[in-house]
Amino acid sequence: MLLETRSLDAGYGRFRALFGVDIRVDAGECVAIIGANGAGKSTLMRSIAGVLPNAPEMILHQGEPIGALSAAAILQRGIAMVPEGRRLFPSLSVEENLLIGGQKRRGNGQWTLDSIYALFPILREKRSMPGTALSGGQQQMVAIGRALMSNPELLLCDEISLGLAPVVIRDIYAALPRIRETGAAVIVVEQDITQALRVADRVYCLMEGRVTLSGTPAELTREAIHSAYFGGHA
Amino acid sequence: MIWLDTIVQGILLGGLYALFATGLSLVFGIMRLVNLAHGDMIVLAAYLILVLVTGLGLSPWLAVLIAAPLMFALGWLLQRVVLNRVLGPDILPPLLVTFGLSIAIQNALLEGFSADSRRIPNPDLEGASVALGPVTVGVMPVLTFASAVLVIVILNRVIYGTPLGRSFRATSDDPVTAGLMGIEPMKVFAVATGIAMMVVTVAALYLGTRANFDPAIGPARLIYAFQAVIIGGLGSLWGTLAGGVIIGVAQTLGAAVNPEWQILAGHLAFLLVLLIRPRGLFPRARD
Ligand SMILES: Nc1ncnc2c1ncn2[C@@H]1O[C@H](COP(=O)(O)OP(=O)(O)O)[C@@H](O)[C@H]1O
Ligand SMILES: [Mg+2]
Repeated sequence: MLLETRSLDAGYGRFRALFGVDIRVDAGECVAIIGANGAGKSTLMRSIAGVLPNAPEMILHQGEPIGALSAAAILQRGIAMVPEGRRLFPSLSVEENLLIGGQKRRGNGQWTLDSIYALFPILREKRSMPGTALSGGQQQMVAIGRALMSNPELLLCDEISLGLAPVVIRDIYAALPRIRETGAAVIVVEQDITQALRVADRVYCLMEGRVTLSGTPAELTREAIHSAYFGGHA
Repeated sequence: MIWLDTIVQGILLGGLYALFATGLSLVFGIMRLVNLAHGDMIVLAAYLILVLVTGLGLSPWLAVLIAAPLMFALGWLLQRVVLNRVLGPDILPPLLVTFGLSIAIQNALLEGFSADSRRIPNPDLEGASVALGPVTVGVMPVLTFASAVLVIVILNRVIYGTPLGRSFRATSDDPVTAGLMGIEPMKVFAVATGIAMMVVTVAALYLGTRANFDPAIGPARLIYAFQAVIIGGLGSLWGTLAGGVIIGVAQTLGAAVNPEWQILAGHLAFLLVLLIRPRGLFPRARD
């Protein structure tokens, strides 16, 4: 097992957003986290990425407790995040945004500027522009490329399709198989259930800070998902 | 001819103010921290150079090379041990802490060196002058200005052309996302303050060789530095140089009219620029 959360509680100050969340991710696996707005998906991603501090044993990476590590230390362990809303650095060009993602890279993985430009050719053309001058979809490509530049074993993608047109979403998701070819595991957070079921090996559904459903896409019925997503009775 | 001379002297004086201001500008640009002890750090560095020159018999230039890494270490420690703990969404704690630091440095210098005014001996170049076209200028003022330009060129190279500078800009933009890149903002801040203290050391060399100083003159240098940074526009180092030059020229022009007007003229120029350009001459697009 690559990553596991154990009874993960997390929140903001006195507000609790996650209640005893247990998920696991195996090496090379693609796991989708679905759930409505405010369900706690981003809180879960931020906890794993080290942005929100937790008790050490609540998150295990290769069996070791990492819940209390800083974001920088988590990156060193091979876990990178594409944050919700992309969050490119406005003062950095496209290429600098990519370079900074690889600044603390571990070892010699396969992701380099060239391979990112091969994955998203449009970025090579725009490489000297400020990252924030690009279209939404292109910015999302930069955010994904920036995270890949650290050669992660686990990539966390928080709502990479949010606010994008369907054809753009298709382009972005087209990169996923090539990312998985490197052996990386991926967690995709999605509100778009169809998209999530299409790409994931396993799915967790969150509602109000709790896991309400999990399984492979084949195991899950529409009714079960509907009730886990929106509450009420199946 | 007298006016041209006055303006040239003012521009060169602006170089000194820019040196006072550059460290302040750098630190503010990266971590939105206003260090009220900045002027006192310059005075502290001047005493450090003085001790190296008079105690060890070094030339002031060599003394700067020794003092600069010591000041870097001091800045690094100050940031790691004190300032990082008070940085946050509330801007008041860092102001209070650096204000306290300002008083502490002044008192420590007073204990160690008394209130007597001192000067870093610089027999080789003191009083030396060169002809710059039609006007004659002191060698030290010219070196001061050239140092300010050189410092800014080097800092801009670092900021825009190195991984460290990329980390500075990214951390300044968004420290949380910088953390996701494996950057530790607190370490970046410590390096930035260390670098600012090396600039402070260069400023101290010229402060201490060109005029007398005593433990109490820091806050006034802070004010000039502040004004230069604000006139220039927060975050632009060339803007800071321009700001220093504007204050320097205003001061020498004021003094030429009436020696008592020197300081006042600088403050008036500051207010005037702010009236016309409230965000300074070269503001950053964001903020
Ligand atoms: N920075 C924050 N401070 C306080 N509460 C927050 C913060 N971010 C999210 N929340 C709250 O935590 C809960 C879960 O939010 P989030 O994890 O962002 O949900 P999701 O990503 O599933 O939409 C929501 O009730 C939200 O209002
Ligand atoms: Mg979210």
